[in-house]
Amino acid sequence: MIALRGLTKEFPGGVRAVDALDLEIGDGEFFALLGPSGCGKTTLLRTIAGLETPTSGRIEIGGVDVTGSPPGRRDVAMVFQDYALFPHMDVTANIAYPLRIRKVPRAERTAKAAETASRLSLSELLDRRPAQLSGGQQQRVALARAVACRPKAFLFDEPLSNLDARLRLEARTFLKRLQRELGVTTVFVTHDQSEALALADRIAVMSAGRITQLGTPSEVFRRPATTFVASFIGSTPMNLLPGVAEDGVLRVGGAELPLPDGVPDGEILYGLRPEYADLTTREPREKGAFRGKVAVVENLGTAHLVTLECTGHLLQVVVPEGAEPPPGTAAWAVPRPGRALLYRDDALVGDA
Amino acid sequence: MTPVRHALGTIGRAAFLALVLGFFALPLLWLASAPFDAHPSITTSVPEFTLANFRALLDNPYALGSLRNSLIQACGSAALVVTLAALAAYALSRARVPGRDALLYVLLLLSSVVTGTAAMVPLFELATRLNLIDTHLGVVLTLSGGLLPAAIFILKDFMDATPTSYEESARVFGASAGQVLRHVVIPLVRPGLATIAVWAVANVWGSFLQPFILLRDPDKAPGAVILYTLYTEGGAPRLDVISAFSLLYSLPVVVMYVFVSRRYGFRFHGGIKR
Repeated sequence: MIALRGLTKEFPGGVRAVDALDLEIGDGEFFALLGPSGCGKTTLLRTIAGLETPTSGRIEIGGVDVTGSPPGRRDVAMVFQDYALFPHMDVTANIAYPLRIRKVPRAERTAKAAETASRLSLSELLDRRPAQLSGGQQQRVALARAVACRPKAFLFDEPLSNLDARLRLEARTFLKRLQRELGVTTVFVTHDQSEALALADRIAVMSAGRITQLGTPSEVFRRPATTFVASFIGSTPMNLLPGVAEDGVLRVGGAELPLPDGVPDGEILYGLRPEYADLTTREPREKGAFRGKVAVVENLGTAHLVTLECTGHLLQVVVPEGAEPPPGTAAWAVPRPGRALLYRDDALVGDA
Repeated sequence: MTPVRHALGTIGRAAFLALVLGFFALPLLWLASAPFDAHPSITTSVPEFTLANFRALLDNPYALGSLRNSLIQACGSAALVVTLAALAAYALSRARVPGRDALLYVLLLLSSVVTGTAAMVPLFELATRLNLIDTHLGVVLTLSGGLLPAAIFILKDFMDATPTSYEESARVFGASAGQVLRHVVIPLVRPGLATIAVWAVANVWGSFLQPFILLRDPDKAPGAVILYTLYTEGGAPRLDVISAFSLLYSLPVVVMYVFVSRRYGFRFHGGIKR
């Protein structure tokens, strides 16, 4: 278990990269730190590793306070974004390096390296230098090196971002299976929301050194706590439209929607994912629909992203393959009931 | 018109290059032929082959010993410069020191003064008080002091070009500072260390003034100083011995260049990042 208590990291010059952060990561959990660049997620990971000294607060790993311990005493393994494989050592020596530091005899560590390598299907590559490996192979060698030292926790800094798009999906599946098999607590940093949703058991969405939302991938996806999380999560950005709640109706973007119970009158931000609305070219019978003209149609492969030009704002809707209207036609977007989110003062107040 | 002008231009360029090449090649040709010539002169000619010049050189009691002295002083300085410069460059590259760049430039500026002719009197004075006159150590320390700033400057660039993630990775696996240096940093900057070592050896090998002043005993004088003593009693240069000695004196440095270049490849950017 990794526990952070009131952790703060302030750099010289007054930048607070991590701001009074409290967090508990359970045993065997696959935990994602997600956020845009500069939100402090990498600094947080490096502070857990011991590469940065916290300004205040405590770090516990496996019940032991390691706040003042050097990185090598924390029993964690870190995989860096550039993998940091030693270019002058072959794959065997790289994987065996943590064991060399622990003074394991040469024969034993070579055997251990070979065993770990075969588990990650690297057996053919043991004699090669890192420069002779592809990006995906380098990534697996870096993982093997982390696995070989049997740590209490893995720390991954953007482990997939140096791979090309197709390889990334393969590596993602591989990484998740490896983590399940080993059952080692894993913290990984990413700026890619789809990676966090796909891999993690729980996600901490970070912004300006603080955790904005903490939850399972489906919680974070379904009910983003703030408009920042709402716009950050999801492969197509969420529609966020200003509206007003009054007299039991929600007036937003020229449409009148029923106002859910418990939402007081006043200004409101209406959030609707493009996937959670249906598009028709005939005026629907129900009242709460957005009327507009099709402005742009983008092909997403199995679906199309249609941008509607409504009165004074744009609305994006994902339409199934073959059902997309040509640009210029009039169309109505009908939100699915219960899927829209209402925000006031940047906090979730209800769904409609 | 244009093809003619083009041809004339090509001929002109070739003639100019041949002239420049000849200007630099002739002395080398002299060095190759004169040692084997029975009657060497200051001009280059087809030699009347003989090894008598080398036999005459062996009669000089200091000639061969001086090459050994050169070797001791050059290798000693190179070892000292590489060790100290590597440690200093690593620290300067990795630690946040306020005013670091200014410090480096001042060092570099002073280095040309420290071993320069202007500083010879205080250096001599210092060596006398430290009892370093007439010792190899005195020469090694003086020459190393002059070479260090530039060596630190060049090596720091090598260190800067090495990503810190290698070292951080080793540290997370539990490596101590010494292990990080030995296992990771030194192997990564090895071409830089080789460059500095060769550069230091070549510099010390060619140094004349400092050993000339700091060493009294001809038994300890390096080749560059002994070369200066190969004159007849009447003051005329003994070209037979000088040419033979020049050849022997040049060979070790040439061999070293070839060897190191084969082994490591030179990556000398003169303190400029690629």
